[in-house]
Amino acid sequence: MKYLCVEPGCSMNTTVNRRSRLVYMDHAATTPVRPEVIEEMLPCFTERFGNPSSVYALAREARVTLEKARRQVADAIGANPKEIYFTSGGTEADNWAIKGVAAANRKKGDHIITSAIEHHAVIHTCQSLEKQGYRVTYLPVDEFGRVDPASVEEAITDKTILVSVMTANNEIGTIQPVAEIAKVAHDHGVPFHTDAVQAIGAIPIDVDNMGIDLLSLSGHKFGGPKGTGALYIRDKTRIGTFMDGGAQERGRRAGTENVPGIVGLGKAIELAVAEMPEKSPRLAAMRDRLIKGILETIPETRLNGHPTERLPNNVNVAFRYVEGESILLMLDALGIAASTGSACTSASLEPSHVLVACGLPHEEAHGSLRLTLGSRNTEEDVDYVLEVLPRVIERLRRMSPLSPERYA
Amino acid sequence: MYSERVMDHFMNPRNMGEIPDADGVGEVGNPACGDIMRITLRIEGDRIVDAKFKTFGCAAAIASSSMATELIRGKTLDEALAVTNKAVAEALEGLPPQKLHCSVLAEEGIRKAIADYRARHGSPEASGG
Repeated sequence: MKYLCVEPGCSMNTTVNRRSRLVYMDHAATTPVRPEVIEEMLPCFTERFGNPSSVYALAREARVTLEKARRQVADAIGANPKEIYFTSGGTEADNWAIKGVAAANRKKGDHIITSAIEHHAVIHTCQSLEKQGYRVTYLPVDEFGRVDPASVEEAITDKTILVSVMTANNEIGTIQPVAEIAKVAHDHGVPFHTDAVQAIGAIPIDVDNMGIDLLSLSGHKFGGPKGTGALYIRDKTRIGTFMDGGAQERGRRAGTENVPGIVGLGKAIELAVAEMPEKSPRLAAMRDRLIKGILETIPETRLNGHPTERLPNNVNVAFRYVEGESILLMLDALGIAASTGSACTSASLEPSHVLVACGLPHEEAHGSLRLTLGSRNTEEDVDYVLEVLPRVIERLRRMSPLSPERYA
Repeated sequence: MYSERVMDHFMNPRNMGEIPDADGVGEVGNPACGDIMRITLRIEGDRIVDAKFKTFGCAAAIASSSMATELIRGKTLDEALAVTNKAVAEALEGLPPQKLHCSVLAEEGIRKAIADYRARHGSPEASGG
């Protein structure tokens, strides 16, 4: 392999051959669908195409596969199958949980507590409710992105109808003290929702042990197909209907079920949870080698998120003096797929609300890089990233007017 | 998302660096916004004989400064002042709408560097940029 030239004026195109192999380190964005999952899905498109709501044998067969998937999802989080409702993904599950609880409890209260670092599916849903007259508290986080359960206690009132805090953050990987937060909510008779989209298959989830009343999950984050997800709704939780129409999903989420997708989701979550005891420590070791290597070889770099309470596959670092989109495009030219919290990759031109909530100055948030590992990543991939990333940062710092003299 | 020309100027930037003891210096942008451009000029008589840039920002910002310095090299000061952000964006075969501000920054950087030169040389046309 040729090396990335960092000399001023040197053309990178002529010194580096694009790697034929892709080093995909953006598993928090999405994951490839596993072959075993596709195998289970395919017959549902053709021979087993029946509508589960019909009565004949073909339809009953579809109903059986649907209920098998429901049990697979329930088993993965310690729930009862009748508490699992299939959705089009994590975003719909978040929308349903928050808007559904808000609507069903309007007479009881109008106050929702969430955190400042939630996914946009939660934040924008809460903002939408604010326009309708609900009040929302966005709890601050510490420098590592953790919510203090005591802050939930302080924010809660007799008008609070929902507490929603994510299990693990999609950008910085910080794992929240979900059980403690849920306990505070329950002590006040308030239901607790968690967006567990990034946590499924990465850390153990048990809705009873953790005190979760509503949980959102998304199929494509753990080897299932896009457009699939589920909302866990604990029995007797007061929540409105999300989609009006037929009697599907016990009349709470109408529309003919996406049977192939749901079957894929069921298989994928079963595999993900079964493989977690082997996979998570392996990814965590690669994660720690990446973090250590990056911090040791690249000066003026900081780790974002919690040093230990973090997802096993998440690396998030901020490099001073450089901008994230530039880093991503140079890494892309070297065959590495990654992500950033820089404004320059968003339409809003605002840097990541998560990094800003953790206290990062805007200029440093612009220089963030997220690498999220998956089961196909190898130690060789880690070596390759550790080899080329310092050159990319060095090259961009040479171009930057902010760099201290050593990069001039 | 980006044209081939933008990617070319991003991956192979022209005129990257800083002219020591430059005759005109223009720094524009704000680190909090994610863009800073520093343009340095060597001016002989009324002509820009060399132009260099240093940029903190996205690919569009780096490509815009690279292209802008290419466009003004060899030009008189008045000719350089006539180089608009639109000309920079067109020379790059277009920029995505949310990135047009990068070409505006390049135009502002040139104007500020020329204004700096004129201010230092007591030109009546000097302006604050």
